[in-house]
Amino acid sequence: MASQVVNLRVNERSREFLAAPGTPLLSSLRDALGLMAAKRGCAQGSCGTCTVLLDGRPVMSCLVAVETVDGASVRTLEGVARGGDLDEVQSAFLEGFATQCGFCTAGMIMTAEALLDRNPDPTRAEVVEAISGNVCRCTGYGPIVDAILDAAARRRKEDAAARRKEDIAARWGTADIAATPGTADAAARRRS
Amino acid sequence: MRYKTNPIDRTYFPDEPAPDFNVIGSVVQRSDALGHVTGRSSFFEDLSPPGLLHLKAHRSTRHHARLATVDTSEALAVPGVVRVLTHADIPNNVFTPLKLIGVQPDDEPVLAEGKVRYLGEPICAVVAETEAAAQEGAARVRVGYEELPAVFDVEEALAEGAPIVNEYHGHNYFTYEGHHCRRIRFGDVEAAFAAADHVFEWRYQSAPIEHAPTETTGCVVVPQPDGRLRIHSDTQACFFTLDNTALILGTPFNRLRIVGGTVGGGFGGKVDVAVEPVACVAAMLTGQPVKYVYSRYEEMQVSSPRAAERIYIKDAVTADGRIIGRKITLYVDAGAYSRHSPYGTTKAAAHLPGPYSIPNVWADCHCVFTNRTPSSAMRGFGVTIGDFALESQMDRIARALGMDPLRLRLRNAYRDGDLKAHRKVAEGTALVEVIQKAAEMVGHELPEEYRRMSSMDGGGR
Amino acid sequence: MARLRGRGYASVNYPTGMNLGGDPSQALIHATTTGTFVVSLSSVDLGQGLKTVVAQCAAETLGLPMENILVDTADTDTGPHCMGTFASRGTHRVGNAVIMAAAEAREVMLAVAAEELEVDAGDLETDGTGYIQVKGAQERRIHITDLALAAHFTHGRTISGRGMFLKEKNDPVPETGEMDPDSCQAHACTVAVVEVDDETGVVEVLEMHNAYEIGRALNPAMVAQQVEGGAWMGMSHALFEATEPYYPARDHGPRDFTEYLMPGAADIPAYHNAILERPAGNGPFGAKGIGEMTANAPIPAIANAIFDACGVRLDTMPFTPERVLRGLDELRGYHD
Repeated sequence: MASQVVNLRVNERSREFLAAPGTPLLSSLRDALGLMAAKRGCAQGSCGTCTVLLDGRPVMSCLVAVETVDGASVRTLEGVARGGDLDEVQSAFLEGFATQCGFCTAGMIMTAEALLDRNPDPTRAEVVEAISGNVCRCTGYGPIVDAILDAAARRRKEDAAARRKEDIAARWGTADIAATPGTADAAARRRS
Repeated sequence: MRYKTNPIDRTYFPDEPAPDFNVIGSVVQRSDALGHVTGRSSFFEDLSPPGLLHLKAHRSTRHHARLATVDTSEALAVPGVVRVLTHADIPNNVFTPLKLIGVQPDDEPVLAEGKVRYLGEPICAVVAETEAAAQEGAARVRVGYEELPAVFDVEEALAEGAPIVNEYHGHNYFTYEGHHCRRIRFGDVEAAFAAADHVFEWRYQSAPIEHAPTETTGCVVVPQPDGRLRIHSDTQACFFTLDNTALILGTPFNRLRIVGGTVGGGFGGKVDVAVEPVACVAAMLTGQPVKYVYSRYEEMQVSSPRAAERIYIKDAVTADGRIIGRKITLYVDAGAYSRHSPYGTTKAAAHLPGPYSIPNVWADCHCVFTNRTPSSAMRGFGVTIGDFALESQMDRIARALGMDPLRLRLRNAYRDGDLKAHRKVAEGTALVEVIQKAAEMVGHELPEEYRRMSSMDGGGR
Repeated sequence: MARLRGRGYASVNYPTGMNLGGDPSQALIHATTTGTFVVSLSSVDLGQGLKTVVAQCAAETLGLPMENILVDTADTDTGPHCMGTFASRGTHRVGNAVIMAAAEAREVMLAVAAEELEVDAGDLETDGTGYIQVKGAQERRIHITDLALAAHFTHGRTISGRGMFLKEKNDPVPETGEMDPDSCQAHACTVAVVEVDDETGVVEVLEMHNAYEIGRALNPAMVAQQVEGGAWMGMSHALFEATEPYYPARDHGPRDFTEYLMPGAADIPAYHNAILERPAGNGPFGAKGIGEMTANAPIPAIANAIFDACGVRLDTMPFTPERVLRGLDELRGYHD
């Protein structure tokens, strides 16, 4: 069968490329779009290293035939940090020593992003369940679970601060946003 | 503080000077972590040079067989297939990776030649424009086998009349300086058994274990304008891989360049030089970049596992819990080829009889060939399974004597100045102290006599 | 049915360095014009953190902050030889080589600083923040950035150093096994607490207590990573892992992560770890290698805890529910 044109919105940019039928989304991201953060650990949905967000939901991109998601929105690890600022999950992984070899990290972070987007205050058990499809061979998982819980706490705190500022801004027509760079911005971005 | 550290207890070695450093002993952020959390760390497979060809192996479906026919014509007919390599394409096809440190003989073909010795052994390498075409081509290689009897059990392999696994050795064991095994002879173990109050003998067994790194073994070879090959690899040892590859290719060493160093987990599984030589040959013959990366199935079943080991331990023990003799027979299942197992078997011998001072030790450590996936290096190999056996043995002895298992260990623990079974004087020992510390951590009460024991100054034995 | 609790112990030692030696590693260090020191190696970081820990060794030896150190490694065209990352040798071998190279570079650095400050090199010290200063007269000092510029453009001096670590190769005596296999030994004692379900045979590890003696914890957070990651792997080996579950039979081999079982985040025990330091005379700042050994003691500790819990002695790895149940059946006098 002939290749066909596929359109995706990837990390908030429209991308158009050719793909042969059955090409995994993972291969399109890596080979056609040069987005290398998602990794190929097994190519059969058993390791989670290729996890990306498809219309906000975490999927193993090695299992998704790209032509079946034409028009969808995709978010990869490359689209998480903005303007060089790490987001809360990235910061928590970095500062929490939740990475060793780094090969599972992209999938872990994207799984965590999806969890925190739908559940800002997860229990430890909910974090454990969320990452149950992601294999890590180095860390023993503990630091990863801790980092995701830490990220959730950071994000809640940041969102609360942003809401406070928006509240002030709405009431007084101004707020000293410069004092806490990026915070209101980040919260607004996620809600959009 | 968002990261974990473990408390450092300085009370056990009070005479050590207090550390006085600027950055040593401090928590310093990992230099690779930022790349990992942003997805910018570059692993070998993140390189995608133009004109990249893909390589897939056709593998043996038999445990042990003569290759009657190898027909590559159907594979070559698959659209996109560029070339099919066989052993005839590999300049020096038979090698062994530890030849670099003097281990011989060469006993393993890069691509099977005449016969196969394990299920999954590579026979042909199919090079194609797409991964799918390479896979399809590999599936279409037709091999005619003449089945040979296979042997899978280490002790059966050493029995008379067992099928010979690897003709380069001529028998099913690796030869250590003329001996059929690596040996430890220290004191008189038979006299110890005669003098002992108790003799305990038990058997231990493990199965092969996979490294299971999240990133599989692989490389991308890129021919350079100056005729050299740049090899992007997840090897654990750049020069080791370069040197072995050059020897197999029969090229000067400086024709090759290895670039690596960001590896998605190794655990010992990425020192076998499994993919680079054949990928280099393919790149040389086609003049194009070539990628050879193991599938998850290949990583699980074809790449070297941790060797299965069978261990018999026979101990001579006195009524008060002194181990006065230990006799060990170890069988390391090397599978079909040496790889790193002869080294691992010697390392196992050096580890015996464990961290205890036992005056009479006898060990025969056999490195045995069987018709299975060759085993090789893995995190702690030679020691990990030995520790399972040795420490299970200690527990059983303690229970048989009705003794506290920690006191049994403390009584027999090696101290500074003790002569080990391999005749090296122990120094810098700390077994006594880690046992005391662990006891403290779990509230396991030790009598004063045991709490006062030390690795130094005679140790309070 | 019952959940039976037990506690098991294991104590181990582990050798640092390639068995029998003969495994060199080299390091080269040079200063750029602005005082960044580039450590050139060909060593591989597998995720254990080698790049970070050798940068610490360089910074400590040079007396400079971490920001002044770059590690350039794993390219055979640009880095000097390293035997490889295995045998718990990386931190020990490469760390020693880097310290040696950095010490040589420091000597040149101080010699150039002595010329700049018109004092004797022996009277100089580093303050750890980037200054080289006169002992007892700290106002007489020069920053490494200025010093490196001066070295290049005024003195024509290369601030550089070479380092290499080699433990000479030893050959065992074949008749007796007499040999010198290692550089030093690290130590560990693990206590595992498990629960065995006597109906399903499932073993759950509830607690793991690990006491380690590792010479020197060069980076305590990375030590914690090794101890916890290794404990998890040891538990995984103990309870789950086999490429041939019915060894020596070759069949039923797992093909992927849905068949090759390992504990998940839900299965991890509560860890309680502690570190002792008895520095090794030949280790970098006393450190011993612990990359591999952290998986070892948990295995027999779990085997012994299973026996303590339910009386089943498992002498065959892994300790699967099937093996536990067969053991329990035997204790109860059942046979198939």
